[in-house]
Amino acid sequence: MSSAKERMIARAAREITPGMVVNLGIGLPTQVVNHLPRDFPVCLHTENGMTGIGPTLTPDQADRNLIDAGGSYVSTVPGSAFFDSATSFAMVRSGRLDLTMLGAFEVSASGDLANWKIPGKFSPGVGGGVELAQKARRVVVLTTHTDRAGNPKLKETCSLPLTARACVARIFTDMAVIDVTPRGFVLVETLGGISAAEVAEATGAPLLLPDTDLPEFEARHGR
Amino acid sequence: MRLPDKSCKIASAIAKIKPGDRVMIGGFGVPGTPMTLIQALVDHGADNLTIIKNDANEPGMGIDHLLQSGQVSRLITTHLGLNTHAISLMNTGQIEVEFNAQGILAERIRAGGAGIGAVLSDIGIGTELAVGKQVVEIAGKPHLVETALRADVALIHADRADIFGNLAYVATAQNFNPLMAMAADCVIAETETLLPLGGLAANAVHTAGVFVDHVAELAELSKEYAVVQR
Repeated sequence: MSSAKERMIARAAREITPGMVVNLGIGLPTQVVNHLPRDFPVCLHTENGMTGIGPTLTPDQADRNLIDAGGSYVSTVPGSAFFDSATSFAMVRSGRLDLTMLGAFEVSASGDLANWKIPGKFSPGVGGGVELAQKARRVVVLTTHTDRAGNPKLKETCSLPLTARACVARIFTDMAVIDVTPRGFVLVETLGGISAAEVAEATGAPLLLPDTDLPEFEARHGR
Repeated sequence: MRLPDKSCKIASAIAKIKPGDRVMIGGFGVPGTPMTLIQALVDHGADNLTIIKNDANEPGMGIDHLLQSGQVSRLITTHLGLNTHAISLMNTGQIEVEFNAQGILAERIRAGGAGIGAVLSDIGIGTELAVGKQVVEIAGKPHLVETALRADVALIHADRADIFGNLAYVATAQNFNPLMAMAADCVIAETETLLPLGGLAANAVHTAGVFVDHVAELAELSKEYAVVQR
């Protein structure tokens, strides 16, 4: 993985504050946990029926009955709980998740999220994504700033089928941290070495700049 | 008084499944998927089935065997991401697939098991998941009518059970099993350990045996239950 992606993941980890209940979506968000200090007080939730996710296990260490929603073998921590799928999503829909981190194909300037379907190419089903996007108290996205062809993933409006409308609060990319506000995208931080102009060039909608100096972010291990 | 004995042979329980039946199958990935009951359904051969299951397992595992054997005409599910074969059958029109938001599938099944006609939710409003669904206004806000789901048969995997059909699950093998165990006309459970009456403490029961029609002990666990080496 590129170091820019690693630094994005490390920066996103600082979004998690002590005491939160957090769901980390499949893909890049799952790796955020690797950047949390070992004793950090947080409760990780997974849709298939568990709170208190512990470290990921290799196949030879794994319990065959203990996976996360992405199919990785995980462990318990003292205080973990198991429950059925209805209970798991009762937690999601009733607002028990303080934060969810999701991947994205597209995010619009009004915070619409498209991350489950590319008609004709990719349609594995929506899984738990709609409920996470619509009901977590804070939804942040981790994504590369552009797709493999270099097209912006942050756009004025989404062209792909939506997961949920007006749900994304903040976007972490391999170039910048960007907030979704009533005025549209606002640049919050850039990755060290990348200019605001470069970020704006790679963004498919107007990008507002703060009045103050723009902080740069780097990986900060161990808080 | 003595509670009835519902222990059975797997083949004789599975023989009750008819062509065209709706069959709920527990499991999320490998954990909780009743691999042995699924294999018995393949051997039994009833076709034109509607399968209701969270996911389609992986190629060569779980309900993929029912897809391979051509017994499935319709799949009500949430996510097929780990089964390229299922996606290919869907894309070529060989099976019809209905996608549900995962927690809404769980609630529709829970409603079916609880004798409720539908649940109301705002999940999916403004997306293509809302297309074709009745909308009602509750407290000034639009909600989608999510109709209850029931099945002719449910196939369940338990860790422990007693011969009355009281069931207990472990870890993330719980998932859809306790919900589906309440939502079918005929509920068949396989269990890793079958206990005599009293062997499963009343406080340890997750699914009350009243919901369960047949319970069978697994002689051994096939390779499909094991940790997947990726």
